[in-house]
Amino acid sequence: MNYTFQFGPLVAYLPQLLNGLWLTLVLSFLGIFGGFMIGVACAVASTLPSRLPRFLVRCYVEVMRNTPLLVQIFVIFFGLPNIGIRMSPMNSVLIALMLNNGGYIAEIVRGGIQSTHRSQFEAAESLGLSYFQTLRFVILPPALEKVFSPVVSQCVLLMLSTSLVSAIGVEDLTGAAMIASSETFRTMEVYLVIAAIYVSLNFVFRALLNAAGLIIFTRSRRTLLRRT
Amino acid sequence: MRTFGTNEFLFIVYALQWTITLTAIAFVGGGVVGICLALLRISSRRLLRVITSGYMQFVQGLPLLILMFVCYYAPSLFGLEVSAIAAAAIALTINSSAFLGAIWESALRAIPKAQWESADALAMTPYKTLRFVIAPQAIRLALPSTVGFLVQVIKQTSIASIIGFVEITRAGQLVSNATFEPLKTFLAVAALYFALCFPLTQISLWLERRAARRGSRA
Repeated sequence: MNYTFQFGPLVAYLPQLLNGLWLTLVLSFLGIFGGFMIGVACAVASTLPSRLPRFLVRCYVEVMRNTPLLVQIFVIFFGLPNIGIRMSPMNSVLIALMLNNGGYIAEIVRGGIQSTHRSQFEAAESLGLSYFQTLRFVILPPALEKVFSPVVSQCVLLMLSTSLVSAIGVEDLTGAAMIASSETFRTMEVYLVIAAIYVSLNFVFRALLNAAGLIIFTRSRRTLLRRT
Repeated sequence: MRTFGTNEFLFIVYALQWTITLTAIAFVGGGVVGICLALLRISSRRLLRVITSGYMQFVQGLPLLILMFVCYYAPSLFGLEVSAIAAAAIALTINSSAFLGAIWESALRAIPKAQWESADALAMTPYKTLRFVIAPQAIRLALPSTVGFLVQVIKQTSIASIIGFVEITRAGQLVSNATFEPLKTFLAVAALYFALCFPLTQISLWLERRAARRGSRA
């Protein structure tokens, strides 16, 4: 191999790459947050007694889980203008990321809610709690705590898949890297740097989300403290 | 101007063979490497375990798109040209090997230690222990997640379209550029993915339920 790595030319692209990194973080954060909201709402809707919401959530979840994110982005960005809904690339990918993440999280959280014992509902009812109080104070906290680690894994995967937004020209970290590599021809150097950044982001995200879990769920914090 | 008709749809369906080929290569290749990784992870040498774990963590923390770019451009450092399908196949193999390795490692670890010890007491060689005692149980445990991961691989082949490999997503882009009917085109593409993945998801779910039933009976 007679190739000399030159990372020098990349220094000029540092601002673009940092902007890209920022955009990746914003997209990941909004995707995780929005997806979580949609996911929990859908999971709750699918435990309602009536059939229709359950069926609708089922359809939504299956469509999101059985088609690639890239195709979902294409349908929203290229397809929807055909029926008169025109959005900027940024908004399209945000919606795609939230909907996609929502589908996965709905399925995970539904599992958590369904594993809650029936007696919990009955006990809450006999205490005279309203439906929303039951959800808020009795059902959701343990259910979310139970499924927290798969949710974290899903959110990290979502962070990694934000790289797909570069396919429609959003300049996230990958998009900025594509531009830098085509302008400097230092392709390998650019992608090695980007790869290192993504791998570290992966660890940072995992650590931050787990820390958030420990702050939110007092019970798991207590078990952890007792163990150490 | 062309409209989105039967011929255009058939063009996309025709590209389905490449999606399936790529999935098969990635799944088989990733499976072979994944088995080795899973076995290395339970080896008695600490160093081997640490190195394998490092590789798996690294690959799992890397977006597939970046991995694909690296596989596409890296061989040119050695003066080699790789085709888009080769780059996509290598990247998908590396990616699936790490995830399948993790799935199978946890299945191997879920087998009680007593099984290893009793096989040892029967003077079975490590290979025989694995082949006749551990693997049959571990496979049953890992099957639902493995089928579930196959769905992931099918969906991930869509990323190969970004480096220009013509599978169904790329075929969809070509058709949409020619017909100016992206909505119909990409919905058709999505429907094809759905038709491939949905049955597999249901099989995975069924296997999981069956495993849970057997587990509760035992």
